[in-house]
Amino acid sequence: MSTPLNHRPHSLNDSPFTFCPGCSHGIIVQLVTSVIDEMGIGGDTVCVGCVGCGGYLPWFMNTDTICSLHGRAPANATGIKRIQPDKVVFTYQGDGDLASIGTAEIVHAAHRGEKITTIFVNNTTYGMTGGQMAPTTLVGQKTTTSPYGRDAAHCGKPIRVCEMLSAIDGAAFLERVAVDSPANVRKAKKAIRRAFECQLQGKGFALVEVLAACPTNWGMTPVEAVGRIRSEMIPYYPLGNFRDFE
Amino acid sequence: MAKVLMKGNEAMAEAAIQAGCQAFFGYPITPQSEIPEYFSRELPPRGGLFLQAESEMAAMNMVMGASAAGGRVMTSTSGPGFCLKLEALAAMTLTRLPAVIVVVMRSGPAFGTMKAAQEDYRMCGNGGYRVVTMAPSDVQEAAAMVYEAFDIADQYRNPVVILADGMIGQMMGSVDFDRMPPRRENLPAKDWALRGSDSRGGKAQAILFPVGTAHYIEKNIAETELYPALIANETRVESIGVEDADIVLAAYGTASRMCRAAMETLKGELKLGLIRPKTLWPFPYEAFEAVNPKCKAIICPEINIMGQMIDDVKIAAAGRWPVSHVGDSRTDFLTPDAIVEKVRQVWKEVNA
Amino acid sequence: MFRNTIIVAGSGGQGALRVGQMIAYAAINEGNEATWLPSYGAEMRGGTANCSVVISDEEIPFAMVSQPGCCIVMNNASLAKFQAAIQPGGTLILDSSMVDAPVERTDLRVVRVPADVIAEEEGNSRGANMVLLGAYVAACGGISMDAVCQNIDHSFTGSKAKYAESNKRLARRGYELVASQGN
Repeated sequence: MSTPLNHRPHSLNDSPFTFCPGCSHGIIVQLVTSVIDEMGIGGDTVCVGCVGCGGYLPWFMNTDTICSLHGRAPANATGIKRIQPDKVVFTYQGDGDLASIGTAEIVHAAHRGEKITTIFVNNTTYGMTGGQMAPTTLVGQKTTTSPYGRDAAHCGKPIRVCEMLSAIDGAAFLERVAVDSPANVRKAKKAIRRAFECQLQGKGFALVEVLAACPTNWGMTPVEAVGRIRSEMIPYYPLGNFRDFE
Repeated sequence: MAKVLMKGNEAMAEAAIQAGCQAFFGYPITPQSEIPEYFSRELPPRGGLFLQAESEMAAMNMVMGASAAGGRVMTSTSGPGFCLKLEALAAMTLTRLPAVIVVVMRSGPAFGTMKAAQEDYRMCGNGGYRVVTMAPSDVQEAAAMVYEAFDIADQYRNPVVILADGMIGQMMGSVDFDRMPPRRENLPAKDWALRGSDSRGGKAQAILFPVGTAHYIEKNIAETELYPALIANETRVESIGVEDADIVLAAYGTASRMCRAAMETLKGELKLGLIRPKTLWPFPYEAFEAVNPKCKAIICPEINIMGQMIDDVKIAAAGRWPVSHVGDSRTDFLTPDAIVEKVRQVWKEVNA
Repeated sequence: MFRNTIIVAGSGGQGALRVGQMIAYAAINEGNEATWLPSYGAEMRGGTANCSVVISDEEIPFAMVSQPGCCIVMNNASLAKFQAAIQPGGTLILDSSMVDAPVERTDLRVVRVPADVIAEEEGNSRGANMVLLGAYVAACGGISMDAVCQNIDHSFTGSKAKYAESNKRLARRGYELVASQGN
């Protein structure tokens, strides 16, 4: 029985979201908290926030929650999970946090097969600091620190996190989804649920990469931004499952 | 348990386990590596968790998470790793999470050498926060301080740093685990720990980096309540013969042991006193009020080149006595003989 | 009151650090105080190994020994490094089967022990350090042979237990050699 998206999940508190209009974080947070509600695990869940726009999440959660330092959410989550192995621990991280400053932490959490769930929001930019280039910024994409467009010869091509982590044995579940259409939102929710089930079954590390829109920093209307997920992001970041468990 | 001979690093690890340390997260770095090695060997069979992290930063952030989950936890490092841990240390003071951090200092700055030194005095509380910083001078005291540090951290919900050095870590000395400080009673329950809202009848718990007004209130509580309480209750010092001293030495840790050797050499030649801060923060300024008003000088031996603790000694001296530094960057460069020479030189100068 | 300050020096693998530890353990087990301080870090890989040991019946002010009352030397390089530092009239214990350089100091009590040869005779080629340990007890005291032997039993356990008896014999031979010289 699925919760309608217009219902406010119990795992959220009453604080209104502070995300920009058209930002995908609102949808993704709804999906994550709906899954937590549906699985009935809210009372045993610890949410680990990040630094960046995703770092607002702890303020909205009606579960136990902690802010982590920039990039260190998987290390915080490791400490929590190792002390409280029967709790459900998840991190919620953006692309600057996870794929740039926190690369070591995410790789090693996956490598250890840490029994945590990571929701990785990829919107190809640093949102909170004002639209700078991220490791996931597409080639040619203009940002405030790549004003002439990302030059692969100068700063490399965008990191594909799911592909990178699929080289690691400890990663038990890896899937890339997008929130650009109702059909894809439903797929995203399924993947998020599977990523929590992975943890509950003790299979190992689970990560869902969500391709997301940042209309404010992309300089687009919300509708245009959703279109860009489809036209530019998905061709470079193919959707699908990269690792699953029995 | 009778007196045994142990390496300082191992004695600190054993004391932590006896104090109920549940988990250790660390990273190899000389001269503290015997600490993670000891935990990896001893903690799992005694019901605890050892995890070698991928980096100094990750280790400290694992400590933060484990503390947030209510664990009694610890990490250890040396100067180059301590720099990398400071961000999380600061975060733990802001979120009021207890833990014990052992720093076994070596020569710096930066990579430096593996030799014992006292280079990290100023790293224990920069950037608008304070942590109780305990400075052992031998193996017994190193164990005792680690043992007590867990209780201090839990009582005040603030991290505690043990600032040891490579000599204390690497040397073997006698330690008697029957002589540990008494366990503190009535420590506050960790009702803030993240154990899921079901553990609190459905009430969710958030450990947030306070922002805006909330941040101001947290900072205010720390500065008006926590820090004064720590200063009032946890300041420790050992003073020897300062009331009638001609010259007073002020030193901590291994440098204070060098002072003891220098005092032996100079016995009968002139009256030397010693002020040995056992806590570097809170610094025992009051101890200097007992110094002989006719004392001619204060000398501050430190195992570093320019002097670090000397700033606090100057504040304590408040212009009443000239304060000078003697030091070098390694324990084999600064010696008791160098302190003896410095004392004789200063004594000549003040009597000229 | 007594306080013995000792440096034990040799090349890596000769067991210099172990001799120092055995002296310190024996002192602690007899109710006295002891400190042991090794050279460590990058230096450990360089081939030389030495340690400072202090044993006393009172609190020990400082663990690092710069002017030892007794120096146990296991190779020529260590003799060159520490000879000048020994206290006037101090004791120099040499493994004479390994050290052939001349002792330049004339004020020292020099105790020559063919430790390697004795160890070979006992068929325990790695036990030369135990001979020097026994020689130290006879030359400088502060610990008893009983405490040393108890410690050998305690230290050589498991897969190394088979060396305990041989090591005790070697320590006794070192002790008796020096004691019989009337040193």
